[in-house]
Amino acid sequence: MATTETMTLNMGPQHPSTHGVLRLVLELDGEVIVKVTPHIGYLHRGVEKLSEHRTYHQILPLTDRLDYLAPMSNNLGYILAVEKLMGVEVPERAETIRIIMAELTRLESHLVWIACHALDIGAMTVFIYAFRERETVMEIYELISGARMTSNFFRVGGLSQDVPDEFVKKVSDFIDVMPGYLDQYEGLLTTNPIWLKRTIGNGIISAEDAIDIGLTGPALRGSGVDWDLRRDNPYSGYEKYQFKVPTGENCDTFDRYKVRLVEMREACKIVRQGLDKLKPGPVLADSPQVCYPPKESVYNSIEGLIHHFKIASEGFPAPEGEVYQGVEAPKGELGFYIVSDGGNKPERMRIRPPSFVNLQAIEQMSVGTMIADLVAVIGTLDIVLGEIDR
Amino acid sequence: MAENNRAVLKLKEKFAASIIDVVEFRGEVTVTVKKDSIIEILSFLKQSLQYNLLTDLTAVDYLGKKEERFMMVYLLYSIPNKDRLRIKTPVTEEECRIPTASTVWKTANWLEREVFDLFGIKFDGHPDLRRILMTDDWVGHPLRKDYPLQGPDREPYKGRLS
Repeated sequence: MATTETMTLNMGPQHPSTHGVLRLVLELDGEVIVKVTPHIGYLHRGVEKLSEHRTYHQILPLTDRLDYLAPMSNNLGYILAVEKLMGVEVPERAETIRIIMAELTRLESHLVWIACHALDIGAMTVFIYAFRERETVMEIYELISGARMTSNFFRVGGLSQDVPDEFVKKVSDFIDVMPGYLDQYEGLLTTNPIWLKRTIGNGIISAEDAIDIGLTGPALRGSGVDWDLRRDNPYSGYEKYQFKVPTGENCDTFDRYKVRLVEMREACKIVRQGLDKLKPGPVLADSPQVCYPPKESVYNSIEGLIHHFKIASEGFPAPEGEVYQGVEAPKGELGFYIVSDGGNKPERMRIRPPSFVNLQAIEQMSVGTMIADLVAVIGTLDIVLGEIDR
Repeated sequence: MAENNRAVLKLKEKFAASIIDVVEFRGEVTVTVKKDSIIEILSFLKQSLQYNLLTDLTAVDYLGKKEERFMMVYLLYSIPNKDRLRIKTPVTEEECRIPTASTVWKTANWLEREVFDLFGIKFDGHPDLRRILMTDDWVGHPLRKDYPLQGPDREPYKGRLS
């Protein structure tokens, strides 16, 4: 008697399409997926535990190592949570620069997404093109913060320093050419028969299921849920900007692809509005209890030096209480929940990672399809393991 | 302010006996409730008050600071109404378990696995309660306050030697 049984196959943690160190144990019936069991934690660094032992300023460099493809979005979420806890008002120039950088970060993150997603499905050209544009964003990062990825540029109360003079021109030039590049990618993919066959009808998840399993960001909007934190619960001055929130209809990988492409175009528009709003002014709040003093005062006066020393070594005490701040990171809702007991270190800092919650949907989106479709599902979820494992 | 919150009004009406505390801080409303009725309250909030998205589920360890050691935190969001609500419930060290919320939202599945992994709180009725971030054979729960930062069996960091 011939019998059939399912086969167990290990995919990852070292697999090019798992975007890092994601390990999936697949149960297969031929080539059809019966069960997917993700194993995560290979990149666990204990960021939440570490944060309980650091002052509020010292936590900041940990946050841009979470989603290392969108460092400034992570910094933004964290400092907004601390500013909410401390009740600090941020100067307008700092807010505007933050939004410009957050949107450039969204572009950068989506560029890596489109590059890797297309490469996984077999379109290599897009990968090369998208990484070319990403390089420009990296150069802007380097220009203002000195680092290409772990920027650590924002500070509680504002920015670490003002942007250099060539910043506006560099960003403006990039925003001028970017929509043309997006047309290029669309020319390579949107009407490409192979791309359409691989993405239409792949990874379907209904709006109801998507909310139930906690999807956020472009993955949720692809299922037709019109919800964006930037518009619905504005933070950092997003209420002053006009932008469209795209949604999909068919809840599949192709719709999520279209949503992200529109988001990139809208990000360009938001950056343009930000550049128009940019006025000279201070970039750090006037609250010496919380913020570092300006460098001239540190180098030239004993009071400034003592002030700097106190903030760097002791930090600042935060009022007792708890706050949550969610931001619309490129991958979904990134939240920081801080519980303070009145000391200079958080009692508990919880990071709500979008990728972690989104990855949970992988089983629902891929069971019953082929292994090759699973690769497309991983790409469309746009996960980063640094953020999942923390 | 917090008294006028739409959820607080309804909860006080329906679950008056279960509410321990209502706090508003920086515009965020937190309702602390008793553990016994937590699932009932969460289901009510989801079904009747449209808190359809479970944004986050986590725990806080108040070792030596509060009578009940752990505090479970549920962060709810309502996509139709665009507002947030935080529900908390205390969990004691002696009875370190709570009914699972994964029957209300599927999101809770992995989030509860993480709390189980890092805090050691057990979830009754959870479909797949395994460690998620640490390895299966790991001993201890790293986010507990009595778990050393540098890990077990290692000297604490004493600062730079030079």
